[in-house]
Amino acid sequence: MSTAAALLAVDGLTKSYGGVHAVRGVSFTLAAGEILALIGPNGAGKSTCFDMLNGQRKPDRGRVQLLGKDITGQPPRRVWRLGVGRTFQITATFPTMTVRENVQVALVSHANQIFNLWRSTPDFQRDAADRLLALVGVEGYAERPCGELAYGDLKRLELAIALANEPKLLLMDEPTAGMAPRDRIELMRLTARIAREQSIGVLFTEHDMDVVFEHADRILVLNRGTLIAEGSPEQVRRDPQVRAIYLGEGLVYDARHQEGAGA
Amino acid sequence: MSFYVVQFLSGLASAAALFLVASGLSIIFGVTRIVNFAHGAFYMLGAYVAFSLTERLSGTLGFWGGIVLAAVVVALIGVLVEMLLLRRIYRSPELFQLLATFGLTLMVEDLAVLIWGPDDLLGRRAPGLRGAFDFFGQAIPTYDVLLMVLGPVVLGALWLLFHRTRWGVLVRAATQDRDMVAALGVNQKWLFTSVFALGVFLAALGGALQIPRDAVNHTMDLRIIVDVFVVVVIGGLGSITGAFVAAVLVSELNAFGILIFPKISIILVFLVMAAVLIVRPWGLFGKPEAAARQTPGLAVQPWRPLSTQARLAFIGVLVLAAALPLLGSNYALIVGAEIAIFVIFAVSLHFMMSVGGMASFGHAAYFGLGAYGVAFLAKLAGLPMIACLLLGPLLGLFGAIIFGWFSVQLSGVYFAMLTLAFAQIVWSIAFQWVDVTGGDNGILGVWPAALVATPARFYWLSLAITALSVVVLRVLVFSPFGYALRATRDSGLRSEAVGINSKRIQWTAFVIAGTFAALAGALFAYLKGSVFPDNAGIALSVDSLVMVLLGGVETVSGAVVGAIVYKALSIWLVSYTELSKLVMGGVIVLLVVMFPKGIVGTFDSLIESGKLSFLKRGSSRATQTEGAE
Ligand SMILES: Nc1ncnc2c1ncn2[C@@H]1O[C@H](COP(=O)(O)OP(=O)(O)O)[C@@H](O)[C@H]1O
Ligand SMILES: [Mg+2]
Repeated sequence: MSTAAALLAVDGLTKSYGGVHAVRGVSFTLAAGEILALIGPNGAGKSTCFDMLNGQRKPDRGRVQLLGKDITGQPPRRVWRLGVGRTFQITATFPTMTVRENVQVALVSHANQIFNLWRSTPDFQRDAADRLLALVGVEGYAERPCGELAYGDLKRLELAIALANEPKLLLMDEPTAGMAPRDRIELMRLTARIAREQSIGVLFTEHDMDVVFEHADRILVLNRGTLIAEGSPEQVRRDPQVRAIYLGEGLVYDARHQEGAGA
Repeated sequence: MSFYVVQFLSGLASAAALFLVASGLSIIFGVTRIVNFAHGAFYMLGAYVAFSLTERLSGTLGFWGGIVLAAVVVALIGVLVEMLLLRRIYRSPELFQLLATFGLTLMVEDLAVLIWGPDDLLGRRAPGLRGAFDFFGQAIPTYDVLLMVLGPVVLGALWLLFHRTRWGVLVRAATQDRDMVAALGVNQKWLFTSVFALGVFLAALGGALQIPRDAVNHTMDLRIIVDVFVVVVIGGLGSITGAFVAAVLVSELNAFGILIFPKISIILVFLVMAAVLIVRPWGLFGKPEAAARQTPGLAVQPWRPLSTQARLAFIGVLVLAAALPLLGSNYALIVGAEIAIFVIFAVSLHFMMSVGGMASFGHAAYFGLGAYGVAFLAKLAGLPMIACLLLGPLLGLFGAIIFGWFSVQLSGVYFAMLTLAFAQIVWSIAFQWVDVTGGDNGILGVWPAALVATPARFYWLSLAITALSVVVLRVLVFSPFGYALRATRDSGLRSEAVGINSKRIQWTAFVIAGTFAALAGALFAYLKGSVFPDNAGIALSVDSLVMVLLGGVETVSGAVVGAIVYKALSIWLVSYTELSKLVMGGVIVLLVVMFPKGIVGTFDSLIESGKLSFLKRGSSRATQTEGAE
């Protein structure tokens, strides 16, 4: 895989908070349509990586390139306009709007209509919004206040919002955290299907190893800020260092790991 | 040369009181997360109580005993306030906390006048410190030397208190992480109460120590609180060192500003504050705060555009209102026009506060700028009314462009403090720049054109402009811009992640709101035929907040209802009681504690909960839940 073809190329990404080295020299690439998992114990630096990829935080060192274009340090709203959608570990939606309106806001922004003072937003691209809601399976709640949704449905809504700008790359930080095991598998299957159909590159983190092994084309393993392994699910599964960390953490591959709200 | 040294030392002496009050505010904020607007009121009470005590207690011991005793007495009042009021609102949205403590300030002001009278009181000089040092021919009052020393001494004492006592360590821990302290088994309630008592003690001490220097009067509270807000914005809320450094900085700027630019000394402080905000938005010594939750979070009912029936009802009410001249007296028409003007004012604040999550405590600045804009154009340039009405609000627009740019860099309580400080600047300019604004005498003789000079015609004009403004702002609420604005309020993280430039959106909303407020001010100038500094005063800013709150912060149409009810009530109240501030303050406190959803909000939840089910529309079967996040 040559760098020129890479959808996302990350080189030497580094970040520390005061004395804590959260991420140290992380480099990897991601091709269009590829599904890449970033795994590692809590506090490994996964969320920090995501934050640097979409511009939420500025890296201390290193570069992020999207389709060969340097986007390091660009604010999230620019990165989004370049075709990067993001979901958060702790969902971030607009609680005082209906479910459909949440998606419509993203559609308004995608259509560069934010400063439109006249049109009615509830009527704005309603069909497109409903299609996105149907795609992730929450069309039944379109009129409901988003603040009322169950957590799993909020996660689905976040996916719909992230898809509203027809992204080339999806960054999903623990997309299934806090969901029931059945829903987790369903949501990841759905994500994988959409990604394959639309040839979207996906970078995701996930604690449920069954989910990771089922969907990831490739896996990156992060520990204390450093990438310690990279490869196909089979390679990673056999890696002695990875086994040591996960056994040390008390997480055997198929152990159900309940995520709290922290980290 | 020696003159400048003396000026510098005098600045240091003034810094002491400012530091005492600001550090008290910061300590309270650090632990309870409440910005205590009433801190100026406690400062003023400290001065009044010290005045009374030192009049009665004689001798040196009596004087100093009286000063300290006054601070203790006021601290005890503070304990009562904390236990009776603040404990009920620690979990409320910060807007409500600000408003409740503001209501308290209003009440204290009227009570002080009731007890001590409206006139300036000259206190006793400090025994043994009446003289002055001679410094190369310049006199430095001995008392000022004491104050200069006192500032650093208090700073040192606070440092020892917070680093060398168990209580202080607990307070610092609570400042870092409230829940952890609760987990340690510390009685959080009493920790909060004691912290509040300390903060109030410091404020009251600052006030008490002022009596040998300054006359005591009932406007001390607002004067000091604005300076204190400037100090904590510069120094960083929550930092005692920051409070000290900024208090010295602000006092010195004032001391030298008066020498260098006597007319515009206040601008100097403002410029420094602006510079600090650009470089360090959290102040020189402050830490970035985790973004506060912007949505009031009392309900999660999405807003809906009006149904056809509701639109017809709106038109019906408008037609009825337009029929008022057929039955009402001239007085009723003037009151009606005033109410209509305040509807515009309230709705404009609602747009930035409820839709945009930006609770401005200085919205009157733009109202006042609009009014003065009209007065300048009409009196100085002699333009006809129609031109004045169209161009006058531009002054408010320009003001909002400048002040808004700085304000939207901040959020939550910082935003509130900054907007208040800006409004105070506008008020001061109107008050001090006598050559142009007429100062306290205002500008008189701003009469409407002959075409609308009768009460009925002016009422119709006001009603028409109001109806148009309400409709335009309502269209804005449901426009893509309005949704983007609401998105920035609901979740800054998510809105930035979907390509929305939050600051630009909020700035634009600020300017729109400011312009509509200025339009209201412009009409108001013609209604009264005159403009005064109070058209930009704090009282008016608070009026606008209360109107929105009374109607229901979280509703779309609450501001309209709130403005009508509030304005009608207050016009009636002022004609029936001398103590309108006491009543108004009490109403605010009650509203916040017992009735936080306001009129329209309460009505809506009655409909939702089925008590008024015959009015229920649509199929939404929402329940009341806490805001997510
Ligand atoms: N804002 C922050 N300030 C200080 N330290 C942080 C901050 N955010 C994360 N960290 C630290 O950085 C490390 C990596 O955190 P994070 O990226 O959230 O890990 P993960 O998502 O893998 O659980 C952890 O040690 C965490 O405590
Ligand atoms: Mg994480």
